[in-house]
Amino acid sequence: MGYKLLLKFVLLLSVIFIFSTPSFAEHHEDSHHSEEEHSTEPAENKNTSELYNPVPDIMHHIADAHEWHFWGEGEDAVSIPLPVILYADGNLDIFMSSAFHHGHSSVLKGSREYTIDHHGHIHEKNGAQIFALSITKNAASMMLAFILLILLFSVSGRKAKQNNGAPKGVLGFLEPLILFVRDDIVKPNITHGHQKFLPYLLTLFFFILMNNLLGLLPGSANVTGNIAVTLVLSVITLIVTNLFGNKSYWSHIFNPPGVPLALMPIMIPIEIVGIFTKPFALMIRLFANITAGHIIILSLISLIFMAQSGLGDVFAWSISPVAVAFVLFMDLIEVLVAFLQAYIFTLLTALFIGLATEEAH
Amino acid sequence: MGTITGIAAIGAGLAAVGAGIGIGRIGGSALESMARQPEMMGDIRTNMIIAAALVEGVALFGVVVALLQG
Repeated sequence: MGYKLLLKFVLLLSVIFIFSTPSFAEHHEDSHHSEEEHSTEPAENKNTSELYNPVPDIMHHIADAHEWHFWGEGEDAVSIPLPVILYADGNLDIFMSSAFHHGHSSVLKGSREYTIDHHGHIHEKNGAQIFALSITKNAASMMLAFILLILLFSVSGRKAKQNNGAPKGVLGFLEPLILFVRDDIVKPNITHGHQKFLPYLLTLFFFILMNNLLGLLPGSANVTGNIAVTLVLSVITLIVTNLFGNKSYWSHIFNPPGVPLALMPIMIPIEIVGIFTKPFALMIRLFANITAGHIIILSLISLIFMAQSGLGDVFAWSISPVAVAFVLFMDLIEVLVAFLQAYIFTLLTALFIGLATEEAH
Repeated sequence: MGTITGIAAIGAGLAAVGAGIGIGRIGGSALESMARQPEMMGDIRTNMIIAAALVEGVALFGVVVALLQG
């Protein structure tokens, strides 16, 4: 039983991972295209006036990257290079991102020459189509979360099977959370056969929670604040909800009870759109909450440097304690938000599944 | 460019005002009903969080649009 659950858990995690990797690459390109337009102006501002503009730095911190950057600028930067995996013209090219030397040099693989721009976007000199499968910062952080989750749960699963007295240690921390998800989220919302959905909902809860909490550590990636990740999570919810939807669920969509015939042409499209808006709202909620939290913390830190560039060192020193106190406060709020968003995502998913599977009355 | 950023900031502010009114009303009436019926506290809290999350979701649509423009 425990082994089977663990297997399902690993399987689900790998599905989430596999599906989100290609969409990372696409999102990467999209976000940088739109960013290019508005970040050119701040870059010019930086050169012409003395005022510090925090926007490029903040965007850099919340975006995905090909290296795991810790601190420092340019050549002094302390960062871990991550593997770049590209599929171009039927060739699989694998190399470390350090080969770019921070964008100063290009990488030659056969007849293909790769360059990276300052947005972290990889191009091919001859304009070949690239399908990027790179282990980016977000993907690496997600792998770290997988390893942590698998370790935590395999240890506590083994402990739970021995069943000797009150739970202690890791299990003592995880068991109340698991029981909370089961008894307060899943059971009240899924009245009919909640056991079937428990592994998915538990995985969802702990995956989001672990990535939210990892994202709060300084120097870490912004995984759940990446719209590609939340997109994959909500698409899985969409599939599960509609796959297990029963007759009464579908009849409420295509033949809403108690609706006059004249209103059917309006009601049915609204119901069909409703299938997609629910997971769409899930996607935006998680993405926006986590990204907004990161932006607020970074903006508060940036206040110090803005004060320094505009009003001088004395003012910057005097504003630092205030800014740091606010950052500490926000960070603690974000710990609450990390739990709350994992809870809400799981709760709403359970609610949608429950609505789709409940018996007609 | 600067004008659009300014308008986007106003939009984000308006979204925050809307969400503030919505969540304030939900929280206020939830507290009121919890005081009336303390034995229903668990159910009320769950429904309060669901409703607050839905309001917040709509507000965050506005924030995301403002973010894309800003």
